[in-house]
Order: sequence, then C-alpha cells, then structure tokens
Amino acid sequence: MKLSECVELLKARVLVRVSDMNIDIKVACGADLMSDVMAFACSSNEMMLTGLVNPQTIRTAEMMDVKVVVFVRGKCPDDSILKLAAEKEICVLTTAMPMFTACGVLYGAGVLGKGE
Amino acid sequence: MRMAVQTVKLSFQIRGSDFVNAGEASSNTKKALSRIGLNPSVVKRAAIAMYEAELNAMIHAGGGQADVEIFPDHVVIQIADRGPGIPDVDLAMQAGWSTAPDIAREMGFGAGMGLPNIKKHADDMRIETIVGQGTTITIHILFA
Ligand SMILES: Nc1ncnc2c1ncn2[C@@H]1O[C@H](COP(=O)(O)OP(=O)(O)O)[C@@H](O)[C@H]1O
Ligand SMILES: [Mg+2]
Repeated sequence: MKLSECVELLKARVLVRVSDMNIDIKVACGADLMSDVMAFACSSNEMMLTGLVNPQTIRTAEMMDVKVVVFVRGKCPDDSILKLAAEKEICVLTTAMPMFTACGVLYGAGVLGKGE
Repeated sequence: MRMAVQTVKLSFQIRGSDFVNAGEASSNTKKALSRIGLNPSVVKRAAIAMYEAELNAMIHAGGGQADVEIFPDHVVIQIADRGPGIPDVDLAMQAGWSTAPDIAREMGFGAGMGLPNIKKHADDMRIETIVGQGTTITIHILFA
C-alpha cells in the first residue's frame, strides 16, 4: 500500500515528510521494545509503529532500513527527534489511534507483518 | 609486485549513558558501507551488529571506542571499552540474559537480545573481556 494511503487510513499527521510520499509499504511492525525490533530482521520492513518516544526509535529505524516511523496514541516527538529523522530521510507520522487499532487498520488493508 | 590493499579506517568515541547520541558511530559506518555500493542486506547486517555493540558499550561500560576497518571484501568492527567486563560470557550470550539498568529498559533496550543478535548477523564475533578492566568485541562481516 502507498504511504499516502497509510496516512489516510491512520488519520495521521505527517510530522516529517520525505521526498516520495508514495513509497510502497509492504511490511510493518509494531513494538515499544527496540531490542525486539532489532532482533527480528527481515528483507522488507518499511514501517514501524511505536508508543516509545526517544531518539533511539529513529536510530533503530535507520539501522533496520525502516522508512516510516508512526507514533501511536497521539504521541508527539520533540523537535530534536524530528530533526534527526529528517536528516536520515525517515518519514514520521503521528496518529491518535492506540497501537492495537493502528496495526489492525493497516493489517486489514493488506499490510503484512514481518515474516509473513 | 604486490598491490597495496586500500582500506578505509574510521574511528569513533562512544559516550557512556548517552541515550541521545548513541548510534552515531553505527550510523556513520552504515553510510560509509552504503557509499561503496555493497548489497543492502550486507550493510544492514553490519549496521545491526555494530549498533548492538555500540549500545552495549554505552549502557554497560560507561562508553568506549569504535574502530572500523573496511577492506575490499570484508569489514572489521571493533568496539572496546574499559568497563566492568563480563564475568560469564556464556551466560551473557544467552538470549534474555540482561543486567541492563532501568533507564535502558525505559529507552526500549535491555531485553538481553544484543549479543545473540550480533552473533546471528556476524560472520565472526569474538569477545575478549577481563573483569574490572574492560571488554573488546570484534565483529567480522564478509561482503560476499
Ligand atoms: N561491553 C559490555 N561491558 C560489560 N557488560 C556487558 C557488555 N556487553 C554486554 N554485557 C553484559 O551482557 C549482558 C547481555 O548483553 P546483551 O545481549 O546485549 O543484552 P542487553 O544489552 O539487552 O542487556 C548485558 O546485560 C551485560 O550484563
Ligand atoms: Mg545489548
């Protein structure tokens, strides 16, 4: 699914825009534990949903080649985190939906989980 | 005549308990490896292994130093610290074993998956550690 369609489905606000807002989101993961995200590498994982707000969420995304970070439950990272994401060309969204709902909405629309 | 082998050397300081900047060494190394046009899956293996080791030096050892040497067909990543050392390496290598402080958990780490994850992604991994003196972890990643 296109990133722009994910934004609509999640009723998300785009906090950091990337040059291509139509990248294909095939696989997503949802986690507050970055250790878990790191421990499960797979060939494609374009999006990460998380309730954890700190710079290491962006760095974990960078190492894992995740292109979009979605903060759930209306969490809004501070400017330093957004700046870091912009430097690394990582798109940042925020949605009011809780983790379960946000993941469910995307999954129901055809985005897969890791390893599927 | 023997050809001199071109290598690229990178060096970084890792500051202790710095949850803001930790990852910069791995980020810069990832960029350097991407720039030479390696397969993205190889770059990702190196980035994951180095980031886990960098985090360990930052969280468990009060910081340290990262030295990266990029050869034509492989990269050697060495992270050295003068922290407390690891008393039982076999135990530390077990998935789930962790002595991480609460702050590390609040930051989303400390699940005891780091060392096993480095082993999984590295072609070779060596831990030299002396209790009370420090730890050096050496990671080899082959490009093909
Ligand atoms: N550089 C280090 N210095 C001292 N102890 C370390 C170091 N790296 C790892 N350890 C020890 O090994 C344990 C397991 O490490 P790891 O698998 O990365 O899990 P975690 O970092 O989540 O605790 C750590 O909790 C710590 O006790
Ligand atoms: Mg660790």
